[in-house]
Amino acid sequence: MPERPDQRILVVIPAWNEAKVIASTIAEVLAARPDVDLLVVDDGSGDETAVAAEGAGALVARLPYNLGVGGAMRTGYRYAIREGYDVVVQIDADGQHDPHYLTELVRGLDDADVVVGARFAGAGTYQASGPRRWAMWLLARVLSRLAGVRLTDVTSGFRAANRRAVTVFADHYPAEYLGDTVESLVIALRTGCTVRQLPVEMRPRTVGQASQSPFRATLYLARAVVALGLALVRRWPAATETLGQEKA
Amino acid sequence: MSSTFTLGIIGGALTLIVLFEMLRRQRLREKYAVIWILVVGISVLLAVFPRLLTGAAALLGVQVPANLLFFGAIMLLLIISIQLSYEIGRLEERTRTLAEEVALLRLTIEQLPVHDLPRPQDGLEDDRDAGEAGPGR
Repeated sequence: MPERPDQRILVVIPAWNEAKVIASTIAEVLAARPDVDLLVVDDGSGDETAVAAEGAGALVARLPYNLGVGGAMRTGYRYAIREGYDVVVQIDADGQHDPHYLTELVRGLDDADVVVGARFAGAGTYQASGPRRWAMWLLARVLSRLAGVRLTDVTSGFRAANRRAVTVFADHYPAEYLGDTVESLVIALRTGCTVRQLPVEMRPRTVGQASQSPFRATLYLARAVVALGLALVRRWPAATETLGQEKA
Repeated sequence: MSSTFTLGIIGGALTLIVLFEMLRRQRLREKYAVIWILVVGISVLLAVFPRLLTGAAALLGVQVPANLLFFGAIMLLLIISIQLSYEIGRLEERTRTLAEEVALLRLTIEQLPVHDLPRPQDGLEDDRDAGEAGPGR
C-alpha cells in the first residue's frame, strides 16, 4: 500500500528490441501494482516491442531512432512532469527487476528523493569479478561518499524518483554511456537530492547476459572511471538549450 | 617563378572555386566558409611573399621555415576539428531533444479520442514502416 493513496505513480520501462519479454514484464508489474500507470519507451526498436507493449496494456512512446537508456528515460521523466505524476519508477524491460519490490521502493521515497534498488546489499547472490568488480567498487565508493550513505550498486536501473528528482531528471538526464546510471545519480546529489538504496534480489536476465569477457570488463572499468570523473568535475547545470522547459 | 608560388596560387584558386560553388548551391553556410577563405588567403599570401614565412621563422627561432608552416597548419586544423566536434555534439543534443519530443507528441496524438472518425493513423503507420525499413537499422 502506498503511504499516500492519492500519489500517482508512473512506471517507465525503457525498451530496445525486447518484444519477447516486454509483455510478461508489463503483466508482472500490473499484477504487483494494478494502480500504477505504465509507460514503455520504445527506444527505436526494429522488432515488435511497441506493439507487444501496447497489447499488454502499457502506454507506448516511440522514439524515432535509438537514443540509449538515457534518452528513453528522459522521455519518460518529461512525460511524468507533463502529466503530473508524483513518482517515477524505472524498471528494466528484460525482467531482471522483481516488481514486488515496487511498493517498498516507492515507500523509500518518504525519506529520500531517489531510491535505488541495489544488489550486493544483502539480498540475492549476484557476483562479479575482475575489472568489472573493481569498477563497481570504485563507483560505489565514490558515490557513497557523495551521498553520505553506503550505496552498493550505483549502476542499477531499478530506481524510484519523487517529484523533486523527476524535475531535475526531466531537464538533465545524460545520454552518454553510464550517464543514465552513474552520472544521473551524481546530478541528483549535486542538485541537493538525497539518494538511498533498497536491497533487492535481482533475477537472471530472461534473455542475454552482461558481458563478462576480461577485455570488455576492462573497457567497462575505463569508461566508468572517465564517466565518473567527468560527472564530478562537470560544470553544472550543464549548458543545455532546453533547460527549464519542463515546468510542472 | 618557384613551384611553391605556382602550387600556392593553384591550390588557393581551386579551393576558392569549390567554396564559392558550395556557397552558391547553399551546401555550405557562410559561418563555416569564412574560416576556410581566411586559410586560403593566408596560404596565397605566404606563396606570394615567402619572405613572410622565413622572416617569421627567424623571429621565432625556428630553423626550418617549413616546420613553422606545418606547425601552424596542424594547429589550425586541430582547432577547426575541435570546433566541428563541438558543433556535432550540440546538434546531437538538439536532435535528441527533438526525438524525445516527437515520441511524446505522437503518444499524445494517439491518445486523442478520435477512434470513431475515419482514421488518419494509416498515414502514420506508413511513415513508421518507411522509417524502419530505412538505413541505419
